[in-house]
Amino acid sequence: MAGISICGVSKKFTGRNDAVQALENATLEIADGEFVVLVGPSGCGKSTLLNIVAGLDVADTGQVYEGNKPVKEPGRSRSVVFQDGALFPWLTAQKNVEFGLKQMGLNRKERAERAAHYLQLVHLTKFRESFLHELSGGMRQRVAIARALAMEPEVLLMDEPFSALDAQTREDLYVSLQEVWERTRKTILFVTHNVREAVVLADKVVLMGIRPGRIQTVFPIRLARPRHAEDVDVAKVAHQISMGLKESLALTRNEEYDEGWQPEGSGLLRPADSVLGDNI
Amino acid sequence: MKQEILTPKLKMLSLLVVLVVVALWAVLFSKGFFPASSFPSPVQVVKGFGEEARSGRLFDDTVASLFRVSTGFGLAVFLGIPLGLWLGLKLSARAAFLPAVNFFRSLSPLAWIPFAILWFGIGDTPAIFLIFMTSFFPLVLATASAVASIPTVHFRVAQDYGFHGLEFLTQVTLPAIMPQVITGLRVTAGLSWVVVVAAEMIAGRDGLGFLIWDARNQLRPDLLVAGMIVIGVIGVVLDRLLVQLTLIPSVRWGYDK
Repeated sequence: MAGISICGVSKKFTGRNDAVQALENATLEIADGEFVVLVGPSGCGKSTLLNIVAGLDVADTGQVYEGNKPVKEPGRSRSVVFQDGALFPWLTAQKNVEFGLKQMGLNRKERAERAAHYLQLVHLTKFRESFLHELSGGMRQRVAIARALAMEPEVLLMDEPFSALDAQTREDLYVSLQEVWERTRKTILFVTHNVREAVVLADKVVLMGIRPGRIQTVFPIRLARPRHAEDVDVAKVAHQISMGLKESLALTRNEEYDEGWQPEGSGLLRPADSVLGDNI
Repeated sequence: MKQEILTPKLKMLSLLVVLVVVALWAVLFSKGFFPASSFPSPVQVVKGFGEEARSGRLFDDTVASLFRVSTGFGLAVFLGIPLGLWLGLKLSARAAFLPAVNFFRSLSPLAWIPFAILWFGIGDTPAIFLIFMTSFFPLVLATASAVASIPTVHFRVAQDYGFHGLEFLTQVTLPAIMPQVITGLRVTAGLSWVVVVAAEMIAGRDGLGFLIWDARNQLRPDLLVAGMIVIGVIGVVLDRLLVQLTLIPSVRWGYDK
């Protein structure tokens, strides 16, 4: 079976003038069937790490293992759900899900059946023949999930798949994804910058820090499922994790914001015309 | 916003406009504002059209023009789209050739008329050459920019699903550029039809452009107008035919937003 071991992975991106240490010595164990969420501010290397696990990027040093096989290139056992879906607009929902199946040597009938099965799993049977521009953002993301699942991978890698959606649609997809995970028990590595989202979905939240990008803290989440973004327990845990996040956020903001900016703002907020006993 | 629907009743309005224009034209003719030698009546035009149609000249000229356009345009498509693909895929190729392609695209194809005659004389070849020069460069540009604007994530997906080499071209690149290429085809086909008329006026012994030029020389404004109407109608029909390409389901995404 396929857990994922990330062992001492580092990656540097060289720009024209400087080199950015995107990832430094990241080590992480993901058990088979575990739902792990990487969370951190932009630039912490979480997408880079996911791409390395996928085999789409190559680490400078260190190694990722699937089970005990080293990962060298994209493989059938690992399937990626990309940010904003990355579906093909020239194909119908059904054909998008069938896209990778031809490479697996399935014949036309098997491909159609398998795609239909996974579209049903994400409740999109009615929209099989629709093209993407005829679907809403949430539906497209569900097609993307079905496409990745149809490859029947051991591991599902999800790169900020819900970041472009509105809050209500996202909440629906949290439920769908938890349901899919409960049913299929795939190993899932999920990347997001949204702490609340991480807590709703994860067995284990991995907080990453920046400059250099590294794994900071691992929080096991032991809350009952299905979870919802507005649950009180979820909010409580998310708050704890956010505290850790603030530190590294402050670090970026010092670079990006004007001087005089503080994470707490300028203290108490009050309207300019309010009178607090000035006339006494 | 209110949903606007083109009902059959509204479509009849265009017919009404045509009738009004023809009526105005008839009135202008009968009042004699212009000398009859340079301003035909609608009836004369219809008669002239019948005359040309019966003699078979109109048919032959139409075939000649369509042959030149389809040959020149076909060559431009056949060579321009592959070149555009190459430019789109290779940054160094773009850097090397794009300025030149842009230059020739901005140069009016009519500027080639003198050379077309010097090199190819009179007949089919100069017209075909001019039409090729008209459509080739815009097609290269349309294709190259379409290829260059394909989101990289599409290739990542194909990579993740284990696609190799040529499959990237057939499964991702080609379907991804179709809408823009079809738009390019429509634009250049329209331009080609415009240019063939000019080419035949100067470097032709037949064709619809020659027909109207010849009508002027013979002081037959009725034939001239008949020829103009045929040219316009064929242009519209060609465009309508190419519009059919945009109705293919797998390219609709490029037009419905």
